[in-house]
Amino acid sequence: MKAFTRLNGLVCPLDRTNVDTDAIIPKQFLKSIKRSGFGPFLFDEWRYTNYGEPGMDCTNRPKNPDFVLNQPRYQGAQVLIARDNFGCGSSREHAPWAIEDYGFRVIIAPSFADIFFSNTYKNGLLPIVASAEIVDRLFKECAASEGYKLDVDLEAQTVTTPSGFSFKFDITPHRKHCMLNGLDEIGLTLVHAEEIKAFEAKHKAAQPWLFA
Amino acid sequence: MAGKTLYDKLWDSHVVRQEEDGTCLLYIDRHLMHEVTSPQAFEGLRLAGRKAWRSSSIVAVPDHNTPTNHWDRDIEDPISKAQVDTLDANIKEFGALVYFPFKHANQGIIHVIAPENGATLPGMTVVCGDSHTATHGAFGALAHGIGTSEVEHVLATQTLVQKKSRAMLIKVEGQLGAGVTAKDVALAIIGKIGTAGGTGYCIEFAGSAIRGLSMEGRMTVCNLAIEAGARAGIIAADDTTVAYLQGRTHAPKGADWDKAVAYWKTLHSDADAKFDAVVEIPAASIEPQITWGTSPEQVLAVGGTVPNPAKEADPVKRASIERALQYMGLQADMKLTDITIDKVFIGSCTNSRIEDMRAAAAVVKGKKVAANVKLALAVPGSGIVKRQAEAEGLDKIFIAAGFEWREPGCSMCLAMNADRLSAGERCASTSNRNFEGRQGPGGRTHLVSPAMAAAAAIAGHFVDIRQA
Repeated sequence: MKAFTRLNGLVCPLDRTNVDTDAIIPKQFLKSIKRSGFGPFLFDEWRYTNYGEPGMDCTNRPKNPDFVLNQPRYQGAQVLIARDNFGCGSSREHAPWAIEDYGFRVIIAPSFADIFFSNTYKNGLLPIVASAEIVDRLFKECAASEGYKLDVDLEAQTVTTPSGFSFKFDITPHRKHCMLNGLDEIGLTLVHAEEIKAFEAKHKAAQPWLFA
Repeated sequence: MAGKTLYDKLWDSHVVRQEEDGTCLLYIDRHLMHEVTSPQAFEGLRLAGRKAWRSSSIVAVPDHNTPTNHWDRDIEDPISKAQVDTLDANIKEFGALVYFPFKHANQGIIHVIAPENGATLPGMTVVCGDSHTATHGAFGALAHGIGTSEVEHVLATQTLVQKKSRAMLIKVEGQLGAGVTAKDVALAIIGKIGTAGGTGYCIEFAGSAIRGLSMEGRMTVCNLAIEAGARAGIIAADDTTVAYLQGRTHAPKGADWDKAVAYWKTLHSDADAKFDAVVEIPAASIEPQITWGTSPEQVLAVGGTVPNPAKEADPVKRASIERALQYMGLQADMKLTDITIDKVFIGSCTNSRIEDMRAAAAVVKGKKVAANVKLALAVPGSGIVKRQAEAEGLDKIFIAAGFEWREPGCSMCLAMNADRLSAGERCASTSNRNFEGRQGPGGRTHLVSPAMAAAAAIAGHFVDIRQA
């Protein structure tokens, strides 16, 4: 996993609630057996006016000029801001894969769906929960100033706007440690393999039918 | 000290270790798998040179990509076929307790086949790279969806790194009215608490109306917990659960059975347990439901009218209603029963069990699908459901009415196979998500119960099942 420490990134505003993972990456792309290559198909049905198919070359596909990702001022954005319940629906990890593959490293929203929220951390993508008031302020400032960037500091757990306004965000120490160092969680868990084996033996003795 | 919730009991009995910040390593008893979210996990395992910790915990089946007709032609889409072949190869390499490959007599939707084979048991932790894993909570199991990185983590370590959620109790007391089903209960709950109402919670469904549901109905309710934002929904095991499980292939046998049943009976919230949130919905207040928008929370009782955005004060909500009406091609204030449909889908992990097939067949028996309905699909959830339905003659009832009786699979719930809506087509669907494009790009989905979908097929528009 890519480590995440600090980022000063261009912001792209996606002004919608309940952005679901079907919208983030439509089902036809889930047929891939790889983890990479989903970026060109991120928000496929909103982004293009024709039907996307896996393996397609997207460079010449007709784009929807009204969709925010297609607007020249947001090219190269690394921070996505959105409204409540971002990432709801299907558990498909293809959603964070697509967002990360496109080039985003941070998503800021008032709330995230649970499964999507845990999936992001496994892929070096940082989800930040901010109050609806703060998110609203970011939307307004972003609309008002082209080239609007945010400074995201994971070590300090802060987000700072160009005007110097700053807010703190929460992250568990375990997730922070993994992200800062780009650690493989499986490796960390296997350090406790003996404890897992001991638990398993006890569990099997109490409920042998679980192991039948 | 306050008593424990069912969630506390399930959680505590699976904690391998706990970090200072509350992060736990949770032991996983059952690992369910399908072809869409597992290939990258197996690939990760191979690349790291790791083994599967306990492959006998795995129950796997291809269901999302598999066609529901023309099985003699195999899987025609080469990309779909490659994904299904990859699952075959991975199970062959790593092993599983149960694997039903494509065209196996017992193949079906993972959330239908695990319970009917007795592979979902009370007291278990159950995971799957699929958000509708919440279904298995109907058995008093802690069951939830995970991402592919977590699938790999469970494969390699038999554990998950988790923080405990908060506990919510949703109580539905009283008698459900005629024509009101488990699906309506679940949709009414989502309508009340919203699609993010359960975020950060494990929901326990309780009350006499929930206890009165069959296991099929309980699975429908827990299946939709995720659409209320909760990773997991649970219902305490009781005599209905025990009766359902007895004699199933992977359920305990002999002395183990008695010991298991005695343990399962302890799996309920204590009378003095404390919940972080409690929601009460009187059963008598629930009417047959229809979604009108593009989120499951955009739902109303069948007698209602399509919302008018002009009456919504909150600008974010108003914009969301306007967007939904535009996508759905609906007029504000029109009656829900005036909405005409193009297609009907009876199936999915929400409503494809034998009871669902019976309920739909009872409505269409001796009638004909309306002329404006281009396609009506009845897709059983598994080979076992299909054979049972055929033994009861339900297939003939559906076919005589003008339905297509298909082979089992996820089908038009998410349209990864050939079963899908075309742009602008409107569907009465017993599935779980009415998101934009879910059933096909530009398709318009209305979520309803099997009986309501069947009644809409006959009328060509939505009707109140109580007057059908």
